[in-house]
Formats: sequence, C-alpha cells, structure tokens
Amino acid sequence: MSGLVNPTVARITLRATLSRKRALLFAIPAAVLIVLTLVLKATHAPSRAWPSHVLGTFGFSVLLPLTALIIGTSVLGAEVDDGSIVHLLATPVRRFSVVATKFGVATGLTIVFAAVPELIAALIAGGGSASPLGGDKVGLVSISTSQFATGLFVGALACSVIYNAVFVMVSVATTRAIAVGLLYVLVWETLLANFVSGVRLLSVSHYGLGIAGGFVTDPALQAGLGVLTSVVMGIIVTAAALLLAVSLLSSFTLKGEPA
Amino acid sequence: MTIELRSVSRWYGNVVAVNDVTMSIGPGVTGLLGPNGAGKSTIMHMIAGFLPPSRGELTVAGQPSWHRPAMYRQVGLVPERDSVYAFLTGEQFVTATARLHELGDPAATASRAISLLDMGAAADRKIATYSKGMRQRIKVAAALVHDPEILVLDEPFNGMDPRQRLHMMDLLDKLGSEGRTVLFSSHILEEVERLSGVIQVVVAGRLAASGDFRAIRRLMTSRPHVFTVRSSDDRLLGGALIGRPAVTAVELSRAGLQVRTSDYGAFGRDIAVLARQHGVRLREVLPADESLESVFAYLVAS
Repeated sequence: MSGLVNPTVARITLRATLSRKRALLFAIPAAVLIVLTLVLKATHAPSRAWPSHVLGTFGFSVLLPLTALIIGTSVLGAEVDDGSIVHLLATPVRRFSVVATKFGVATGLTIVFAAVPELIAALIAGGGSASPLGGDKVGLVSISTSQFATGLFVGALACSVIYNAVFVMVSVATTRAIAVGLLYVLVWETLLANFVSGVRLLSVSHYGLGIAGGFVTDPALQAGLGVLTSVVMGIIVTAAALLLAVSLLSSFTLKGEPA
Repeated sequence: MTIELRSVSRWYGNVVAVNDVTMSIGPGVTGLLGPNGAGKSTIMHMIAGFLPPSRGELTVAGQPSWHRPAMYRQVGLVPERDSVYAFLTGEQFVTATARLHELGDPAATASRAISLLDMGAAADRKIATYSKGMRQRIKVAAALVHDPEILVLDEPFNGMDPRQRLHMMDLLDKLGSEGRTVLFSSHILEEVERLSGVIQVVVAGRLAASGDFRAIRRLMTSRPHVFTVRSSDDRLLGGALIGRPAVTAVELSRAGLQVRTSDYGAFGRDIAVLARQHGVRLREVLPADESLESVFAYLVAS
C-alpha cells in the first residue's frame, strides 16, 4: 500500500524534472564552485582562509540554496503551475506521500548536483593549518583534508535536505516560487545571515555550517551555531515546511472560469 | 451513487460565481450546460474536490468531496486543462494512473481503458505529439482506468472533431446506461445532440433550467435563427431555399445570403441537400446573432 514514498510519483517526477530545459541549470552553480576552487588552488599558497570562505560561505549560502531552489521548486511547483498536478491529485494517493516523494527526489538531485560537488571541491582545496582567530600564524590548528571534506559534505547534505523542504513548500504556496526563493536566498541567507548574528538562528546555511563544525574545528568556517542547535533547528524547519506543504497541497484549488 | 448539491454558493471576494444551486445528479448521463462565465467550471471544480463551497452542502457518493482524496476510488475525473505529462506515451500515462490507483494489473487495466477510447494505435506515441482531441481521449482513458462509478468530465468535447465527438457521446451514453453517474460540462448545446439524459442549464451562477435532454434540445432547434450563407451561386441557392418550409426569409446582399429560419435542425439538413441538388458549392454557413448568451436566454425564457 501507499507508503511514505510512492514509486510511480518518484519515477514521473524524476523524468519530468530532468526532461525540462531547466535541468541544464542544475549543474551551473556546482561547475562555478569547482572551477573557482581549482583557480584559487592554482593561484594561492596553501591557506585556510579561502577554502572555508568559498566552500563554507559561498557553498552553503549561494551554491546549495540556488541549486536547491531550481530543483526544489520544479519537482512539484511546475506541475502545480501548469495544472497537471490534477491528474496526480485526482487519485487516492496520500497527499503526504506526494510531498514526501517530491521532496525525496529533490533532495537526491540536490545531493548529486550540489553536495557531491562540495565534497569534490573540498578534496581539491585540501586541509592545512588554521588560526583560531581566522587571521594568521597565532596558535595554528591543523586540519586534515578528510576532516575538512567530511565536515563540509555532511553540512551540505543537511543543507540539501532543509533547503528542499523549504523550497518545495514555497512552490506549493505561491506561483512566484522562483522569485520568492531568490529573494530569500539573496537577502536572508547571503546578506542578513552573514552580517546580522540574530538571523543565524533562522538561517539554513548556518545550520549547515553548524553541522559541518561538528566534524571540523575550523574557525574560518564561521559556524555561528552549535551542532546541537543546528540539528534541532534543521529538523524543526524541515518538518514544519513539509507539513505546511502537505496542508497546502491538500487544499489545492482550481480557480475561476477559464475565459 | 449520486452527486448532491444543496443550496451551494461560491464566491470570490465580492464576486458571486455560483448562487444557491441545488441539484441532484444520479446514474445516467447529465450535462451541465451554460455559457462561459456562468459558473459551470466553478460547480465542476467543487464537485471534483478542487474547490470548497463558500456555503451550502455538496456531497459525492454521500460524503463531501473537499479534502477527501479517498473519493477518487469511486470517481474518475477528466480535467478541462490540457496539461498532461506530455513526455510520457499515452500508454505510460494511463498505466501510471492505474498504479496510482493501486490496481492489481496496471498494464492490463490500462490497455483495456485505452482500447475503450480507441487510442490503441497512438498509445506508443508521446502525448506531446497528440492532437487536442487525442489528449482529451487519453485523459478520459486515464479517468476510466479504475472503473469508477462516477465520471466527471469538464468540457470533454473541446478540441474534438465531429467524428471523435460522436464517438465520445456514444461512450458516455454507454457508460450512463451501465448505471454509472456521468456528469459532463459543455458551453455548446449543439455539441451534445446525440446524448440522452438530463441537462442542467446554468446561467449567471444560477440553475436556470433543468430537464430532459430531448425536450430542451427541441426548444433549442425550433427557435428562430439567422444564418449568413456564402456559396458559389447565392441567387440560385437563395431561390431554392425560399421554397423550403423551414425558411421564412431570404435576403440577397453583397456579403452573401441572409437566411431566416424557424427550425435550426431542418435548415441544416435542407441546405446541404439543396446545395448538392443544384450543384452549388457552399463556402460558409454561419449562424448570425449566435451569442451563446442569447441562446441560453431564450432557453431560460421558455
């Protein structure tokens, strides 16, 4: 019987998502990250500063949310916008299972197109020594490549999950999901969360950084939140977003008279 | 298995789309007819479970349709919107629908539904390559795949050619005579000439008329009509037409013939026969003053 994930919905979603032209965009942020890492690696002396900034700040508050935005809003939002969701909703499939499946597919794709590239970039950037103050040479902390890469990868996995829950919900809530999501990523995640410390408690990228911080003590990552706070907040935000998405989808309406 | 509306209203802000409609739709074929903007779609959406009534009670098979996905085990829905998973083939689409309904043998049930709709030949093609009429039919096949007691079709004749339309009407009649409750909407009364059953006419959000299909159609076809006709020899054709009892006046003008008739149906038959007899080629036969509102207004008045 209908479990959490519906294989038919998953198959159709995967095909629909990958067959759209938008699918070409999925790989762009990842390509930028890897190229940037390669360039920095070639032009800079070994340092802790840039890998953490590029992979931590840029990775978690730009690469991951943008990839998740493109994917998360297309797995369900595209069908809601063009009305083909009616074919799916006119069946007894549980709405929770529809949302869970769409979310699962989006998270999987985001891991492939964003979290794995983070891992690759982290392995390229490598470990090294870091100073507790993020400046130079006073009280160096040594970080191995595997530590650094593990931390970033786990953080990126967490971000993939949480961001997609948020964007799947946004795509059911509004037909302007991309615009709303973009505004959220640019204003909230990249700007406010990095400059206003109070916002961190409600910032997905900081949950990712906080979780990464549990695997690698790298002050340059600027993890503002502890691991526990990050995990708990991440779970709360994910669950709340998904439940809201289920409730919105259950109340999906066809409106008005077509002219 | 019935669909019941009791004092159902629906409004959007200040605009009332459906105003205090009460109707009961039982087994057999029922047509919900009315001009565009009359509130048909709103009623169909509410019945289909995709819109809650603002007031009143609406039940499908005894329970409210809103927030009740389990209803779709008994209900097949053909939405008006043309959007389907165009990247799937017709067969994949219907089979996927069968899987979503958790049917025992999805492939077999799907192929049965596909052949019922005469879509076997195109089943292996992607839906993206289908004509509008074919899309309609594959949507009906998907809606019938779980053998529902109730079938709800929103504007099913849209985009169909006359042959497909007749085929669809025969199918709906057949489903209705099997004891299923079949409800469809249409904004063109003439489209549904072949159907028997009950029609409900909605005008300006209210139920304006309801009754036997044939009685209402008779009213329809015997009302006065004006046609504009252009042909290869208007004068010859006009002379022949004036000899027919159904034709009350013929005017010859530069734009063609203006023909006044008291019987819509008889005129349609006559003009074809006369044109052939006299070797006149018909270029255009257009009903003048055929705003749907006037048609339905006429119906409501009578």
